[in-house]
Amino acid sequence: MKDIEWKGYARKDGSKGIRNVLLVVYLVECAHHVSSEIASGFNKNEVQVIGFGGCYPNSHADKVMRRLCTHPNVGGALLVSLGCESFNRFKLAKTIEETGRPVSTLVIQEEGGTSKAIARGTEWVRSALHQLQNTPSVKMGVKDLVIGTICGGSDATSGISGNPAVGLTFDRLVEEKAITIFEETGEMIGFEDHIASRAKTKALGNELRKSIQKAARYYTIMGHASFAPGNADGGLSTIEEKSLGAYSKGGKSEIAGLLKPGDIPTQPGLYLLDVVPDGEPRFGFPNINDNAEISELMACGSHIILFVTGRGSVVGSPIAPVIKICSNPDTYERMEEDMDINAGKVISGELNLKESSNEIISAILSTAAGNKTASEALGHQEFVLLYKSFQPAGPSCLP
Amino acid sequence: MESSDKLIRLDDMDNVLIARCDIKKGERILIENKEIEMKTDVKLGFKVASKAIIPEEKIIKFRTPIGSATMPVEIGDVVHVHNMKSDYSPTYTIQNQNEYEGH
Repeated sequence: MKDIEWKGYARKDGSKGIRNVLLVVYLVECAHHVSSEIASGFNKNEVQVIGFGGCYPNSHADKVMRRLCTHPNVGGALLVSLGCESFNRFKLAKTIEETGRPVSTLVIQEEGGTSKAIARGTEWVRSALHQLQNTPSVKMGVKDLVIGTICGGSDATSGISGNPAVGLTFDRLVEEKAITIFEETGEMIGFEDHIASRAKTKALGNELRKSIQKAARYYTIMGHASFAPGNADGGLSTIEEKSLGAYSKGGKSEIAGLLKPGDIPTQPGLYLLDVVPDGEPRFGFPNINDNAEISELMACGSHIILFVTGRGSVVGSPIAPVIKICSNPDTYERMEEDMDINAGKVISGELNLKESSNEIISAILSTAAGNKTASEALGHQEFVLLYKSFQPAGPSCLP
Repeated sequence: MESSDKLIRLDDMDNVLIARCDIKKGERILIENKEIEMKTDVKLGFKVASKAIIPEEKIIKFRTPIGSATMPVEIGDVVHVHNMKSDYSPTYTIQNQNEYEGH
């Protein structure tokens, strides 16, 4: 892997991207339709829509939006405001501008309504795309990559084939000095001590333990854990059993740090992303679905998301390509067009975990070099960002 | 570790085995050197008891407790939400799946 290089996109802030996406960003749900209409006139892989639906301010949403609009895979952004929402569009635009990316803000109320706003936005996107064509290229290698992982639509095969194959892949990426991120502390309930023992420092170990205890308490108050009915239909009986499988996708490396959404690691290694809000529960479930987790992995800089599914998820994401790893051989056969990797071969006995991990690494390198994943080719760009509240990560959380 | 064409043993300490493929009711499967006739269909990825398990005994998979039995389980029985529960938080299912039948 060390010698493999490809051409990425060089950003003026020094980051390196594997895609060159122009974002159309709605700053409140009221601006969503105008944003979608603007994007609909362009290639889906070049112009993508993300946004925040809420009208009331939230510093977590602010931070995630700043990170996403200046993500290495993003070349520029059009911000679409209704005009009266409380999202601080000035601050977001300034942040984007400071990274050297083209940015413009469209205020629907000032433009004179829907049609005029769509026309103006379309015009700006066209000129910005032209500008993006001149983005300088830069050599990239595995050490430049940030790879996030989640599992969704899990069944009993996830923990036997797909998740351990991703875990092995993570171990190998960490050896090559990449940054890897796993998440969902709610699926590590019961493993607090074990995870703490894997931390680089004792202080970090304590933080990791506390983050999982926080998740356990939060989920208890919510009334049920990160467990969907489909999980049980797929043979998972309890949250502990689901956790056992989910946990394996982080691999066996030492844990270098604990991130909150929007914290971007700079040192190579394996990081745990704490997605559960701090303080008393205020806005509901920590993450309402898989795409909410993907948004946060991207806000931590993930170029690519490895998504393990057993039941058969179809989702993708804007900004960071999603590589779908199907752990169940029957599901793969049924939903092949939505999958990039058939890790079910481990269950049917065709491949061992190492060989399955080789296939995942090939897919990562091919995706990084510009080849489309299944969800990109099918146009999946599901996106969710909701209200949350976080305290900044403590000093012992980052190396 | 014993693994067969139809069942995978993930760890020596486990009291459940994992179905490598769908298994039909009435099929005779070798478990711990005993030939056992399956009482129900077993779907890929589901757990099958490798020994008799008593109520409140931990269910062990990958050498890790994943919950406790809620009723006596016989060797070869499917182990799922109808005869085990979480030791942390209740498992939510759409239907009231009291029985493994009906999947």
